Order: sequence, then structure tokens, then C-alpha cells
Amino acid sequence: MSDQTQGTSPANDGTQPHGIPASAGKGDVDAAPTEYDPHPVEVDASPEHLEAIVTNEEILALPPEKSGFGAGNVGEVLLDVKNLSKAFGKVQANKDITFNVRRGEIVALLGENGAGKSTLMNQIFGLITPDTGEVTIKGDKTPVKNPKDAIGRGIGMVHQHFQLVPVMTVAENMALGHETSKGGFLDLESARAMVRELSEKHGLAVDPDAEIEDLPVGTQQRVEILKALSRKVDLLILDEPTAVLTPQETDELLGVMKDLANSGTSLVFITHKLREALAVADRVYVLRRGEVVGQVDDLTHTTTTDLATMMVGRSVVLNVEKPEAKPGEVVLDVQDLHVKDDRNLMAVNGFSLQVRAGEIVGVAGVEGNGQRELVEALAGMRKVVSGRMSLGDMDLTKANPYQTHHAGLGHIPEDREKHGLVGAYSIADNLVLNEYDQEPYAKGGVRQFDAVRANAEKQRDEFDIRSSGVEQSAGSLSGGNKQKVVVAREMAFGPKVLMAAQPTRGVDVGSIEFIHKRIVEARDAGAGVLLVSAELDEVLSLADRIAVVHGGQVVKEMPAEGADRAEIGRLMAGDH
Amino acid sequence: MSEWFARNRAMAILGLVVLVLAYAYYFADKTTALSMYRYSWSYAVPLVLCAMVGVIGERSGVVNIGIEGQLLVAAFAGFFGAAYSGSIIVGILAGVGCGLIMGGFLAWTTVKWRMDQIIAGVVLNIVATGITSFYYKPGQLLPSLMPHVNIPGLSSIPLIGEVFFKGTGVIALAAIVIAIGVHLALFRTKWGLRTRAIGEYPSAADTAGINVIRMRLINVTMAGALAGLAGVYLSMDSTSSFERGMSAGRGFLALAIMIFGAWRPLRAAAAALFFGFVTAAASQLQADKVIDVAPQLVGTLPYVMTLVVLAVAAGKVRAPGAVGQPFIKEGQ
Repeated sequence: MSDQTQGTSPANDGTQPHGIPASAGKGDVDAAPTEYDPHPVEVDASPEHLEAIVTNEEILALPPEKSGFGAGNVGEVLLDVKNLSKAFGKVQANKDITFNVRRGEIVALLGENGAGKSTLMNQIFGLITPDTGEVTIKGDKTPVKNPKDAIGRGIGMVHQHFQLVPVMTVAENMALGHETSKGGFLDLESARAMVRELSEKHGLAVDPDAEIEDLPVGTQQRVEILKALSRKVDLLILDEPTAVLTPQETDELLGVMKDLANSGTSLVFITHKLREALAVADRVYVLRRGEVVGQVDDLTHTTTTDLATMMVGRSVVLNVEKPEAKPGEVVLDVQDLHVKDDRNLMAVNGFSLQVRAGEIVGVAGVEGNGQRELVEALAGMRKVVSGRMSLGDMDLTKANPYQTHHAGLGHIPEDREKHGLVGAYSIADNLVLNEYDQEPYAKGGVRQFDAVRANAEKQRDEFDIRSSGVEQSAGSLSGGNKQKVVVAREMAFGPKVLMAAQPTRGVDVGSIEFIHKRIVEARDAGAGVLLVSAELDEVLSLADRIAVVHGGQVVKEMPAEGADRAEIGRLMAGDH
Repeated sequence: MSEWFARNRAMAILGLVVLVLAYAYYFADKTTALSMYRYSWSYAVPLVLCAMVGVIGERSGVVNIGIEGQLLVAAFAGFFGAAYSGSIIVGILAGVGCGLIMGGFLAWTTVKWRMDQIIAGVVLNIVATGITSFYYKPGQLLPSLMPHVNIPGLSSIPLIGEVFFKGTGVIALAAIVIAIGVHLALFRTKWGLRTRAIGEYPSAADTAGINVIRMRLINVTMAGALAGLAGVYLSMDSTSSFERGMSAGRGFLALAIMIFGAWRPLRAAAAALFFGFVTAAASQLQADKVIDVAPQLVGTLPYVMTLVVLAVAAGKVRAPGAVGQPFIKEGQ
């Protein structure tokens, strides 16, 4: 990870010599299709160069379109948000938010899930109308009506879920909504040319005639970025852009972001990954419960721990503290497993792995390399094509979920809404979903509600499930608390093997810390833990042993102690 | 052109083989072949039009299971409109208008009010059966026949000219133009790109500044006019009479044809012709006593074929991604 521009980017301090040009209104942008060329031929990203740009009077004297910074000046305020508030029913999603973005800087918006980051950006992009407050874009205070309006005013957004039509080509997606026609017929050739030109200019290689669904996720994201750039944006909002990327793709993206910023595009980087925010951002705003709780203008002396503390509102332990593992005998044994996915392709392709009692084995891999199918097969939810898996001396190859549970397998599923909980049921009932027909929760086929309730009260205290009571429906809980219900249930029966798939996805930092602690406790109590996670940081900090998967098989196993992040990243990307 | 051929090689070869076989039979037995082909085409015309209704609807993300009802009401309105007013033109306008109104109903309830698309379609069908049976009066006659025309030049081509361009009704001619037009529009125009986008991944279209709701409303409503035209053809051209329930499941057949044609207008039109041909061939064989079964059994053929086609096509073709799902904007 290079951090060449950290803390030295031109727009880092508020003492820019440029004011907002008086004419910087909306009409200015529309009326002046001056060659907006965000990239000079050679992008020099070195700090010296950047400093030179800001201080070099000669460059400042040039007309804007020749300075390499588009139609404006470095450091001018592009986006100014004042006292923005938005409530959904009783939930105050955004409260009194004030922040700004200047030209050519990367502003990171940090916050946990549910902190209101996406709501905030959707308001700026015109997808949601704010209740109160003011959004000023390049000095123009007119409210943003809709995405089209936002794009017209120079704001682009790369959504967390790509807004690309999967069955169409790159060129068609680029053209969509901004088509040119020739004699009544669609002129796709100009769209192709635009793709080629932009991808060359920005060094983002993309084939204009490739269909989106055939492209890897990282490339799809490039298309998204190119799409935004093709609308000649001044400000690009990236909503959790690294969530779906491999570490290599992430680094590449961060590089692209810096290049864009260096050439005059401003970026708002929404994330909850502290490392990435520190790596590229010039300034950071921290959101918590819909409010801006912190702002860091100089990141030189800021650490991830500082930012995490701001995000959560108290100090958190980012690195899991755990005593040394004492692995016992093999409890989970998977040999040459083959499992097909929903498209009938072999997703798990000769997977072999052993998990011992008292250790945490972390499965690291880019999503879509068979992890989901592996977990589902182990849980008895998916048919095994060939191979063997056993828990202790029980053969699980043909077991159904009921049998795997009673064999001693605890399963924290990846999709808790779908496979972990029944949203309409109470917390109490959800806590006995796997044991409802066993004593003491049922006697002679009749449910024992006192026992169910007593169990629920106990778990609620123990796992800190924040709710109005155990009769509250599980569906109405927040993500973190839902996950705690699942974790509580799957740990309560003393599993021999605990299988945790993405256990902290969509969970707030506070709950992550808690869930991690619990997983370590389960290990120390003698369970073998299989941790499947797309977050490399999570695997690195929690696991005792790491199995890197690619293409449905383990490509390498290694002890977590001293594991090399870069090496794992390469292995995950299939380079082995 | 070569690019097109590379992409559609299998289809082009299939088409060529069919054409060769059709001509071979034509030169072997001109009279029987021509009558069979003509019957095939007249059977296929409403199916082609209705399949276009289905394609436009589903490509925009709306399932139209109410084509059957649109067809029936249009057939009814067209026939009685013409019979009472004494004008064929009034009949055609009444039929097409009814198709539009019913399309508008489907569009408004499913797109605006997000009513379940299947239920809305079923409602249309039930309403159609009810209205047409209740107001049905036997013994009416059309004031005149639908105009039939010869297209100079084209009509002198052997087989193709004789089937499609010689003495054919204006609606049958329109069906050819419409099928080609919808195909070109869907794949070669701005409207088509947007339509495919709103039916495949509407939120992408929305963020690109396209008004998904309005576009779906317009597309589904306008497609209703084509169902209206099909209905008019049914009661005023192919039979010149209206009977209760005369649509006889053609609206549903059209949906099967749409799937068989992989949601592509020209392929669907070819599939409709194929349906027509099988029906014609079966009745010809039956008339020649080649196969000696009850005529009722032969009459079930299109429906049996639908079952077979759907079973074969299932899993091989892919429906537009967002079909059946109402579009709800983020944050609303």
C-alpha cells in the first residue's frame, strides 16, 4: 500500500488561495462544454508534484481547462452540505449533518453500518429528499431533484450494488440514459468509442463489447467508475466500493482513486474499513447514529484505533486478544468434497480440510470461490456430489440440517435473514429454533413456554441482545442484535464444531468485538471453529490457522501467526 | 451482415432448411401446400401480435397474463362496433381502443399501484369473459368484409408472395410490419435499450435518469393496442363472426410462443408460424384420413404443443431479470 499523497494532498488544509469563482453556478457547467479533461497525459502523483501544483503561480495563472483541474480551481468548495436531516418514521437517519468537499480531495465518510452514510449520499445524489438542510453544489443551492439532476450538476455515484444491466454490454450500459441516435437508430459505435477513449485515458482496461455478467466484479466496478466519469463528473461518490473486491483489486482501486483526485476530481469515499480510509483520504468525517461525531483534517498522526474509537463512541479492541490455541483431536474432517452451486456448476471442487478441537480455522477467499456452497453442504443444506465429510466419527455426507445440528454442528449462516432467523417469530422462539422439540423446551410433543422464556431471558442477558423484551419479533432488531440471537442459539447447545460464515457482516463494530470474543470463548471451551469470511482482516485477527481457498479448493494452509497479507491476497486472487 | 450471421448462425441455418423444405413441398403439391401455408399464417397472425404484447410487456418488466382477455374484448368490441355502426373502420378502432384501455388498466394497477401482476391479468381475463358473454347477441353480421389487398411485385413471388402478400388482409400485413418493427425497435433504438434496461435491472435505469414507472406505464398500455388488433383480426377477418370465448386460449399460447422465442420478437413470430403450421398440418392429415382420430383430438394439438414447448424451453431461455417485480424507488 502506497501512501504517497497522505497528508500532503493539495486540498488538505483550509488555507487555499482560491475562493469560489463568482460564476461557478449551474449554468456554468452546462453552458461550458469546455474540454473537461480530468487527466493530463502524464499523471504524476508524487507529493512534490502536488505541492508544486498548489504553489506554482504559473500553473495557477493558466485558464482552468489547461491546469489539469477541469473547469475549476483546486481547493474550491465543490459540495457544501449544511444541517442536513432526514428521518424515516421514528428513526432519525441523518441529523444536522454539515460537511464539505473541495475540488481534488478525497474525503472519507466513516461509519458503522446503519450510521447513515448511505442515506446521506442518497440525499446528495437526489435519490432521497432531505427533510431539512441545504446541499450546495458549486455554489448552487437549488435542491437536487433526482439522480439525473445530480449528474447534470457534476455529481456521480458508484453504488454499492452496481447499477449495471447484467445482460447488456459495457457500451450499452455506458449509453443507457444518454443515448445518441443516428437516423432513429441507436448509435452504439459512439458509445464504444467513448468506452475505449475513457478507459485508455484513465488506464482502466475494459472491453466495450463484453457483457457485464461475464466480467469479474473488479472490472464491473471499473465500468461503474467509467460510467460516472463519462458523465463528466466533478465529484464522485463511492459507496462501500471495496466490499466486494479482492485485496489486489482494492489496492488497484485505491490507486485509481488517488489518480482521479490528483487530476482534479473530488471523491467521497464511504467505508467502514479504517485501513483503507487512512490509506487514501485527505480528510475524514466520522458518522455515528446519523450525526457527524468527528472530523479529522490531518491524518498524519491518526491511527485506525483513533478512528474506531470515534466510530463506536468508546475505545474498542480491534485486534482480538486470545490466548494461544491448544488444538486437540480432529473434529471436522472434510475430504475431497465436490458440491455444485445453483447454476449447476462445480463450486466446491476437491476441498479438503481438517479442523481440530480448540482451534479456529479461517477460510480466506474472495466471495464466490465455493465458500457458500461448502458451508451449506456442511450444514446439510446442499447435496454433496462426491467426497466425504465427518464430524467426530459421524458421517455427515448425506445428513440433513437437523442431523448435522444433532451431530454437534453449530452453524452461523451467512444470510441471517434468510437462514438464521424467522423474522416474524419472537426472540425467544428464535433462540430455540434448533432445539424446540427437545427437552426441556418440549415434553411429549408439547412446547414448554416457561423453559423457552427462561432460556431466552438468560441468553438475552448473556449476549447483550438489546430489545424491549424476549417477545419482541426478531425481524425488528438491528443487524448486530439479530446476529447476536443467532450466535447465542448456535453456541448455547455446546457445539463440537462451530461453523461461522461471515459472522460479522453488516454488524456494527461494537457487536463485532463482542461476537469475536464469543467465538474465541467457544474455541477455548473445546469446540473446533470453522470461520468463513470475506474480510481478510477478520480471518487474520481471529484465526489460528488459515486456509486460503480459490476455485473451490484449498490452495494453501498456513498458521495465522506471521501470515503475510500480501501473499494471502495473491493466493486469493488465484496466483499460486 | 457477416457479424449478424455469426451471431445467429444456428437460427439462419434452421430458417434456410425450413424454407427449402417448404418450397420442396410447394413444388410437389401446389394446391395442398398453399392451402396449408395460408391456414398456418392465418392461424399465426393473432399469435404473432399477441406474442409482441407479451414481449413488450415482459421486456419492460411486466407479466401480461391478461392478453387472453384483451384479445377477447377486442374481438367482441370490433365485431359489434362494426356491426352496429355499419363501418369496418369504427370496428377496428373500437377493438384497438379496447385493447388500449385494458392494457392501461393492467399497467396502472400493476405499475402504479404495484398490484400482483398475475392477479391483475387474471382479473382482466375474468372481466373479459363476463362482459363478452353478457352482452353477446347472436345473429349480427359485419357490414362488409375486411379489405384484402395484393402487394404489387411482392405478391408474384412463388409461395412467400402467394401466402403473405396476395389477397391478404390488412391486419395480417400489419402483423408482419409490426413484428419486424418491434424487433428493430427493441434492439436498435434508444427506446429499446431503455425498455430492456427497465425490465432487466430497473434501478440501473433509474440511476441513469430514466423514469421507470412512466416508461412501463406507456409500454404496457401501448402494447394493448396490438392485442386489440389481434382481436379484431380474430372476429372480423379470419372468421367474420363473434362467438363466446372465441379467443380459445390464444393469449396464453402467445405467452408460450414468447418464451419459445426467447423474448425476441422475430423468433417469437417464427415460433407462431411454427404453431400455425403444426395445426394446419394436423388438420390436413386428418382430412386426408392419414391419421384417423377424432377432430377434437386434433384441436387440442396447439395446447399439447404448448406444454411440450414449455417443458423443452424451460431452463434454456432466460426471462428478463425484473419481470413480475414492481419497481419501488429507493427510500420510498
